Amino acid sequence: MTAIAISAPAARRHRDGLLVRAVRVRRTRIGLALTLLVLATAFLGPLVAPHGVDDFVGGPYLAESPGTVFGTDNLGRDVLTRFLHGGQLLLVLSLLATLIGVGIGAAVGVTAGYRRGWVDETLMRTGDVLLAFPQVVVALLFLSILGPQLWLIVLIVGLSHAPRVARVIRGATLGVAERDFVKAAEAAAVPRWRIAFSEILPNVTGALMVELGLRLTYSIGLIAALSFLGLGLQPPTADWGLMINENRVALTVSPWAVVLPVTAIAVLTIGTNLITDGLSRASAGIDRGVTR
Amino acid sequence: MMLRLVGRRLLHGLVILFAVSIVVFLATQALPGDAAQAILGREATPERLAALRGQLHLGEPLVGQYLAWLQGIVTFDLGQSLASGLPVSELLIPRISNSLVLMLIAAVIATPLSIALGTWSALRRDSATDHVTSGFTLVLAALPEFVIGIFLVLLLSTGVFHVLPAVFVANEPGPIWIDPLQLVLPTLTLVLAVAPYIVRMMRATMLEVLESEYVQQARLKGLPERTVLLRHALPNAIGPVAQVVALQMAWLAGGVVVVEYLFRFPGVGFALVDAVNNRDLPVVQGLSLLIAAVYIVVNLAADVVALATNPKVRTAS
Repeated sequence: MTAIAISAPAARRHRDGLLVRAVRVRRTRIGLALTLLVLATAFLGPLVAPHGVDDFVGGPYLAESPGTVFGTDNLGRDVLTRFLHGGQLLLVLSLLATLIGVGIGAAVGVTAGYRRGWVDETLMRTGDVLLAFPQVVVALLFLSILGPQLWLIVLIVGLSHAPRVARVIRGATLGVAERDFVKAAEAAAVPRWRIAFSEILPNVTGALMVELGLRLTYSIGLIAALSFLGLGLQPPTADWGLMINENRVALTVSPWAVVLPVTAIAVLTIGTNLITDGLSRASAGIDRGVTR
Repeated sequence: MMLRLVGRRLLHGLVILFAVSIVVFLATQALPGDAAQAILGREATPERLAALRGQLHLGEPLVGQYLAWLQGIVTFDLGQSLASGLPVSELLIPRISNSLVLMLIAAVIATPLSIALGTWSALRRDSATDHVTSGFTLVLAALPEFVIGIFLVLLLSTGVFHVLPAVFVANEPGPIWIDPLQLVLPTLTLVLAVAPYIVRMMRATMLEVLESEYVQQARLKGLPERTVLLRHALPNAIGPVAQVVALQMAWLAGGVVVVEYLFRFPGVGFALVDAVNNRDLPVVQGLSLLIAAVYIVVNLAADVVALATNPKVRTAS
């Protein structure tokens, strides 16, 4: 028990240090600003939207129409209103998928890296099967029969992240599991699950934070892409990925209905990626940019 | 030793492929509920339902269904498309070559370009060029591939310049490269999607190599900088980078799905999205297996490259 009492505060200090150090990097601050901008648009936007989200305000695909700033969409609805409503669900779904993926991935990674042996082999070989599909193909495969349902999208995107996260966290765990405080806890007969949770997990937070940022960026891209393919959120939902798909045939006539959502997705993913880069710079020794 | 390691990876790949076939089967055919009803919808007549159940062997126990399906796969009889009635393999063969052409062109352009850019960046560390490259690759790496594609369309075909077609139009029979202009946007999108990862890896590896003792030694010997770079630095940096290149090539197998859909390019990715929308089960099964197989093979190649270029791995146990 003493081992826990000694190591826990140290771990907490390290975690605070990581965030503070990350914010000192300029690109982290830029990333935070960009992300907050999109978050504000998505969550405060519906409050200031000029029209009802399903209201028809004119003919379809009008570049200019009285009472609208950016014209009308494929059904004659206000582009600005649709845009302001279109980010919320994407953000919530992406965040949930990321939490599921990193949560499961971290649990599996720590278990495999700490227990080693046949547990490690079984977990990692099972992960290899999921790793044999590109993420978008896994998603399409499971959506093909059950259809595009929100819970399924979140679950599949999350699960497709899990083995990728597990690999990284397992690697980080291998180094920690050999350290003295783990040996001390083992000698003090602290239960294995407790060692994993309160000794090892706090010491892989650096890798964990980077994975959170990375997987969030990819979740946003993947879920938006599924909507863009017509296999994510369904009409008449206002959603950025779906808006791009619905309006791209009229790109030359009325471009705003595509330009606004595509820019928002771009700004958001650039923002989260800059934060991730700042985090990985702040927590030294984390190699990134190689995996997807 | 090397051969034995490669053999083990091959065996591992085969086992994974077998497991993948089970996942594909479970995800499509063995889900709770009646697959035939899910595919045909509520209005389906009892006769059509019965016919489809027969075709998919739905009446049999699960293991029997899987074995019947697997037997079809290994004999290249993937069943018939539910949408068009044609054999799946006949539908897919032209599309496979189209997608391979797209992936190959993207790979051939992206690889040398990224390696050159990464090297250049490393040689001019902390210069303006280096900072611009680093910022640009960070931004590009963040963007989903369809976002890159749409920005390119806005830039090159509808908004700023009007020089390239925004979608692929197969108006003439014959190979897709008959009108090479149509290939530019899909290829460029894929290049921009994979390049940042290779550039960043190349830059990082090159910086490490340039600071190594053997490069210092070569410089001290008075060798011209050009020789130092081409004979001593580059060959040592290529190993780790080759693996990243191979991983990016594997990514292309999935990356083509969204990009082909965006540009209406007649390849396997577009076919997969179509099949999922139509609930064309045999086509979905065949294509996911195929894409997974390509993915596994390219990843295997990445492993072999890593083994071949890393003396530590090559000689270990």
